[in-house]
Amino acid sequence: MSHDRIGARFAELAVVGRPGFIPYVTAGYPTLDHTRDLLAGLAELGSDVIELGVPFSDPMADGPTIQRSSQGALDAGTTVDDVLGVLAELRGASEVPVVIFSYLNPLYARGVETFVREAAEAGADGILPTDLPLGADPALETRLLESPLDFVRLIAPTTDPARVRQIARSSQGFVYFIARTGVTGARAALRNELAREAGAVREVSPVPVAVGFGVSTPEHARAVGTVADAAVVGSALVNRLDEGGVDGALALAGELRAALAASPRSAEDG
Amino acid sequence: MTANPATTGRFGPYGGRYVPETLIPALDELAAAYAEATADAAFLAEADDLASHYIGRPTPLYRARRLEAAAGVTPIYLKREDLNHTGAHKINNTVGQALLARRMGKPRIIAETGAGQHGVATATACALFDMECVVYMGTEDVRRQSLNVYRMELLGAEVRPVESGTRTLKDATNEALRDWVTNVRDTHYIIGSVVGPHPFPLIVRDFQAVIGREARRQILKVEGRLPATVVACVGGGSNAMGMFHAFAADDEVALIGVEAAGEGLGSGRSSASLNEGRPGVLHGSLSYLLQDADGQIAPAHSVAAGLDYPGVGPEHAHLHDSGRARYVSVGDGAAERAFRKLPALEGIIPALETAHALAWVEEAGRRREIEAPVVICLSGRGDKDVVHVSSLSQ
Repeated sequence: MSHDRIGARFAELAVVGRPGFIPYVTAGYPTLDHTRDLLAGLAELGSDVIELGVPFSDPMADGPTIQRSSQGALDAGTTVDDVLGVLAELRGASEVPVVIFSYLNPLYARGVETFVREAAEAGADGILPTDLPLGADPALETRLLESPLDFVRLIAPTTDPARVRQIARSSQGFVYFIARTGVTGARAALRNELAREAGAVREVSPVPVAVGFGVSTPEHARAVGTVADAAVVGSALVNRLDEGGVDGALALAGELRAALAASPRSAEDG
Repeated sequence: MTANPATTGRFGPYGGRYVPETLIPALDELAAAYAEATADAAFLAEADDLASHYIGRPTPLYRARRLEAAAGVTPIYLKREDLNHTGAHKINNTVGQALLARRMGKPRIIAETGAGQHGVATATACALFDMECVVYMGTEDVRRQSLNVYRMELLGAEVRPVESGTRTLKDATNEALRDWVTNVRDTHYIIGSVVGPHPFPLIVRDFQAVIGREARRQILKVEGRLPATVVACVGGGSNAMGMFHAFAADDEVALIGVEAAGEGLGSGRSSASLNEGRPGVLHGSLSYLLQDADGQIAPAHSVAAGLDYPGVGPEHAHLHDSGRARYVSVGDGAAERAFRKLPALEGIIPALETAHALAWVEEAGRRREIEAPVVICLSGRGDKDVVHVSSLSQ
C-alpha cells in the first residue's frame, strides 16, 4: 500500500551525503491557490519531504507566525477536505514525500482511522500530530503505527535520554527533534547546545533525525545540516510568503536547500 | 472496578495528556511532587493552616430563607465560597498549587484567567510566597473585568493581554501553555480549573474538594441528612467538581451542573459544552468541546467571563456520560436577573457565573422539578461584575 517514499528519500540522501530539506506549509494560507503553487514549486526545487500543516483554531505549540497563518487559512475558509484535495493535486504531478502536520482534534473529529485512510488515498506518506506524545493514548498510537502512513514523532530538548530512545524507536520515517524549548517561530540564532543534543538523538535513533523550530536562515540550515539528517523550516517561509508571495518563499526555499547541500557533514557520517 | 485516575490520568475515557512533548517531563514532575506532598504531614499541615488563617475556611453554609420563599423550595443553603479571601473558591486551588511550586523549586508562576478571579487568586498566592507572577487574560475579558486587572497589578502580578482568537479564556489558556512550553524549566503553570493535561484535573479537584467536604459535614449537622440536590455552575467546572466530589458516592444526592446557555442553546452563542458539544482534544485533555465538523474549536459565549469557555473538565464529561451528574443550562438573561435578585433578597451580590446556578434553582423551583434540601455553591462574589451588569441595563 505504502510506497515508502520517505524511507526511500532518506536512503538516497544518505548515499549522496546531503542533509534533507523539509519545508512546512500551512495549507490554505493565504489561499488554497497559493498553497497549490507553493507545493508545486517546493517539489520542483527538490524539497526532500514537505510538511503540510492542517490549520487549527488553537495551535498551542505555535508562535505568532504560524498562529497567524493558521487563522488566516481558516478565515479563508480552508477545510480538511481542502487540505486533502490540494495534496491529491500535488500527488498527480510529483512523488515528493508529504507528511501531514496537525493538531489531534481535526483528526479526532473526522475519526482518526478515516482521516488516515483519506490522507493516504490523497497521497500522504506520514502523519505528525503535535499533541500526541508517546504514551498519551496507547490505543490511538497503535492505530497510527499500524496505519499506511508513517507516524512521525517529536523529541524535545526536555525529553530525558531513556524516553528519547523510546520515542526514536517508535517513530516511523524519521524523528523530529525540536531545536529549542518553546513554540515554533523564526529566530535570530540557534542554541549552542543544539549540536550536542541532536547528536545524542542521532546516536540512539534507528530512523533519520530532522531538526526544526527556529531554523530560519541558510546559515542556520547549514549548521543544522552538520548535526542532523534534515532541517525543517516553517515560520521563516511563512514570513517570506507574506513579504514576497509564492516567488519570494520559493526563493528562500531554494537558498535553504542549497545551503543544506553545501553543508559540511561531520566525518563519522562518511 | 474503577481505574484510578491518579495512575491512568483518565476519568472514564476522558482526560489524558495530549500536549507537546516538551511538557511531558514537567507533568511527570508535577504528578510525582503532588503524590509526595499529599503523603507529607508537614505539607498538609501548612496547607490546612493557610486554609484556616489566610483563606478563611471553613466557609459558612448559610440558609437563605428569603430565597427559599422566592423560589418555592425549602430549605436552600448557600455554600459561601464568596467569603473566601479574594472573593471566590479559586484561592483554594492557587494556594495549594503555589505550595507545590515552591516544593518543586519553581520560582515563576503563570496562570490564565477569564473573569479574573483565578488571576487574582494566583497573584495573591504569589505575593504571599514571593513568587514572580504572570497572568494571561483575553482583551475582551480585560474590558469586562477591569477591576480584577487592577487588583492583579496591585498584588504585583504582570497581566498580559491576549489578542488572539476570541480574546477570552480559551485564548488566554493557549498563551499560558505557550509560555509554559517556553519556560517550563523554572515555571509552574497554575491552571485555574479542572481542565488541562493530567494531573491538573485531579490536583485542582482535590484542592477544591474542601468545598464539598465542608458542605457535607455542615448540612448533616444542621439538617441531620444529606442534601437531595447539589447545584453549581460549570465553565471549566472547578467549583462544581469541588462540590460534587464529596457527594459522588451518595447516590441519593442529585448533582446538577449549570452550564451557560448564553443567548440560548442552538443559537451558536453559548458555552454549554456538555449540552451542545462532542468529545475532542483541547488544552491537553479529551473532553466535550464546542467545535465544528472539522474539529475547529467554536467560539464560546457567555455574559459570565468565567464560564465563557468551549470545553469542560474531563471528570464532568465522565459524570455526564455515566449519568451520575446532570448538566442543565441557563442563559445570559436569566443569569442577569438572578444576579440582581439575590442582593435584594439576601444582601449577597453573587458573581455572574454563580448567578447561573441560582437562576436554575429558581426555574426548577417554579416547575417543581427540584428536591430539597438544596445546596448551591455560591462560588464567588459579584463586585467584579457590577460595572458590566449596570452597563447592560443602560
